Amino acid sequence: MLSFIARRLGLLIPTFFGITLLTFALIRLIPGDPVEVMMGERRVDPEMHAQAMERLGLNKPLPEQYLDYVGKLAQGDLGESLRTRESVWNEFLTLFPATLELAFAALVFAGVVGLLAGVIAALKRGSLFDHGVMGISLAGYSMPIFWWGLILIMFFSVSLGWTPVSGRIDLLYDIEPKTGFMLIDTLLSDEEGAFKDAVMHLILPAIVLGTIPLAVIARMTRSSMLEVLREDYIRTARAKGLSPARVVFVHGLRNALIPVLTVFGLQVGTLLAGAVLTETIFSWPGIGKWLIEAIGARDYPVVQNGILLIACLVILVNFVVDILYGLANPRIRHQR
Amino acid sequence: MKLLPLQAALAAVLLSAAAGLSAKPLVVCTEGSPEGFDIVQYTTAVTADASAETVFNRLVDFRPGTTEIQPALAERWEISADGLTYTFHLREGVKFHTTDYFKPTRTLNADDVLWSFRRQLDPNHPWHDKSSVGFPYFESMGFKDLLKSVEKTDEHTVVFTLSRPEAPFLSDLAMAFTSIYSAEYGDQLLKAGKTGDLNSKPIGTGPFIFQRYNKDAQVRYKPNPDYFRGKPPADALIFAIASDNNVRLQKLKANECQVALYPKPDDIPSIKADPKLKVAEMEALTTGYISLNTEHKYLSDVRVRKAINIAFDRQTHVDQLFGKGNALVGVNPYPPTLIGYNTANRNPPRDLDKARALLKEAGVPPGTVLTLFTRNGGGATNPNPRLSAEMLQADLGKIGLKVDIRVMEWAEMLRRAKNGEADMVSTGWAGDNGDPDNFLTPLLSCDAVKSGENYARWCNRKFQALIDKARTITDANERAALYVEALAVYDEDQPWISMAHPKMFTAMRDNVEGYHINPLTNNNFATTQVK
Repeated sequence: MLSFIARRLGLLIPTFFGITLLTFALIRLIPGDPVEVMMGERRVDPEMHAQAMERLGLNKPLPEQYLDYVGKLAQGDLGESLRTRESVWNEFLTLFPATLELAFAALVFAGVVGLLAGVIAALKRGSLFDHGVMGISLAGYSMPIFWWGLILIMFFSVSLGWTPVSGRIDLLYDIEPKTGFMLIDTLLSDEEGAFKDAVMHLILPAIVLGTIPLAVIARMTRSSMLEVLREDYIRTARAKGLSPARVVFVHGLRNALIPVLTVFGLQVGTLLAGAVLTETIFSWPGIGKWLIEAIGARDYPVVQNGILLIACLVILVNFVVDILYGLANPRIRHQR
Repeated sequence: MKLLPLQAALAAVLLSAAAGLSAKPLVVCTEGSPEGFDIVQYTTAVTADASAETVFNRLVDFRPGTTEIQPALAERWEISADGLTYTFHLREGVKFHTTDYFKPTRTLNADDVLWSFRRQLDPNHPWHDKSSVGFPYFESMGFKDLLKSVEKTDEHTVVFTLSRPEAPFLSDLAMAFTSIYSAEYGDQLLKAGKTGDLNSKPIGTGPFIFQRYNKDAQVRYKPNPDYFRGKPPADALIFAIASDNNVRLQKLKANECQVALYPKPDDIPSIKADPKLKVAEMEALTTGYISLNTEHKYLSDVRVRKAINIAFDRQTHVDQLFGKGNALVGVNPYPPTLIGYNTANRNPPRDLDKARALLKEAGVPPGTVLTLFTRNGGGATNPNPRLSAEMLQADLGKIGLKVDIRVMEWAEMLRRAKNGEADMVSTGWAGDNGDPDNFLTPLLSCDAVKSGENYARWCNRKFQALIDKARTITDANERAALYVEALAVYDEDQPWISMAHPKMFTAMRDNVEGYHINPLTNNNFATTQVK
């Protein structure tokens, strides 16, 4: 097991450097520099432009800039945002809890609904429910997030008035961000009704962000479940006279979950990518919105390090999934 | 009658309860996050709204809803006969904000004005190098060369000496980058080694006191009880950040905010039809235009530029792009609300035969390809650049010109346009200070050809002499006459297709009162309240 973990860890180092090089290069491939973007239509005095680029360290040759960047990273220095002059790490820490809260809620929604729908569809294979779930999940998978978000807002928030339109909490509550997680902060605050309001604000964005993972999980669970239900040990379990629920959830689902677990890991990347759009629609102050604006402003330190931090997170989650997978299935860890 | 302690306490409770019932917070849905609050480091309108219009004041400012100058921190001023010296007399007793991070020990004086300007002007000022990108607006407005010195003659008098007469100077001083900071606060931060706090914990004299910024979510302010124009009526001001204009509108409909900035022109009819909502509208000081590169083959011939102007169906274009009644068709480089607008200039009637004849006369072969640079996203001066480009393409196709549309990202487009790579560039301009010079010098002067912003690369000596002269004259009528003449020269040469002067809109709940929409697109809520 240890050598398996060591092998996996060994793979992380080149991946990490690959990401630093990729983010460094990609943001610089986009034409325009931070000073030009900031000035927009306005006159940019060449002298002022040169001075600003020098102050930002962007006048150096690219390899030198890259080495500076990696050197600072090695010391744990993620630099400052060129737009806001704030530390990138502080900005990330301020915004990440919002994204994490949203992603977690979306994953819970996708996991619970997706697993249930997948299992029932598998059990009632060929039924109207099965076709319905598969059709809806295909539609969900193909749904443009932007459109889906607006439709839900117009129906549930504006027409029915059941949920708020956007944001994390009603602005009349003045909640001091202590942990950054609104659900926790509202519980810690003594403002009555704030927690319920925060939950209401979370519902629509979580549904929108969780729709694609839900579709994937439902389809994956169904097919995996169908395969497992054909296995001999399921027949044996039934023959032993176990209750149908025990057969399905203990013997069936437990084994069907192995590929679904991998999908869960992969969905973390999808969730973070989807968060970019969901956060924009729902004015959710998370890292997705932060990165979009940083790309527009050519805020190199934010883009480079923001993407790096997210990539590290995705790598970490997948690493943990790999380990869990290895634990769950000994054949995996003895390969190679 | 003297109140007993118990009666006094009861009265205070009742009064505060009454105040709590009548005053309401004002939530404004804004389109973006402020980059910071040290406004001199930034150029965007959203940052100016969150700092210059709320926290700070300037020596002078624009009368709400107009471009007229009114006294602000300076209660009066004198201009020397040669137009080179401006003497400002400061208002006395103006208090800086008291917060948990700063307690001022004195009121506004001349040192604060010197600090605010010298910080940007003097390379030896201890705060000069604290901005990593310099002072973009100060520098782009040419203040480095324009300001010879800023001195105080007593505690409440400041003298600005200019290197040349500059008629728009007073208007420039009403712009965000000339906001007046507390020198005392600056010194305190410098001593404590916390210079970054100037950008995150602002202190000014403005109508609202900064409370908190939750990044990308909201900015909270409370009204300044000591504001020199009187305490603002709103109980609190909250900027709710919602970058999508559809979402801003839905939030407004759900009463999650009471004011929504920059609604889409398409949505205006439905907002007007909603009895719970209303719209403030005004002709903004903006122009959407297409520059015609006068250095390029064929387009250097005025007959070709005229043919293009004759072939283009401006009215249909404006109606399709902005919706009927939401924009004026462009004629001159700036809108009619500014002085010196030449009313004799007229767009020629659309005449495709005449246009074809002009092209033939100029020797332009049928099928000649012209490149048109345009951007990928919409903005205030052009909500749908691609549609706009395609309409021009269709119109010019009818006279035998092929338009090669190159849609590109904003910064890339500007960079390549500045290099003169395009035949035509579709872009726009928003005026900063309500002065015609703010349109003509940056966009159509010979200097702007050198710096690249004059995408038409049109340098006409007569036009240049007229706008140079107008810049040095303070008499408004005399200036206006010179601009009328300059615009006649522009009309003869037609270096642009002036397309549209869009209206600007602010949507709000019907119980919002005291909001003034501003032609310079900044938003001030010092007099706004929810009834």
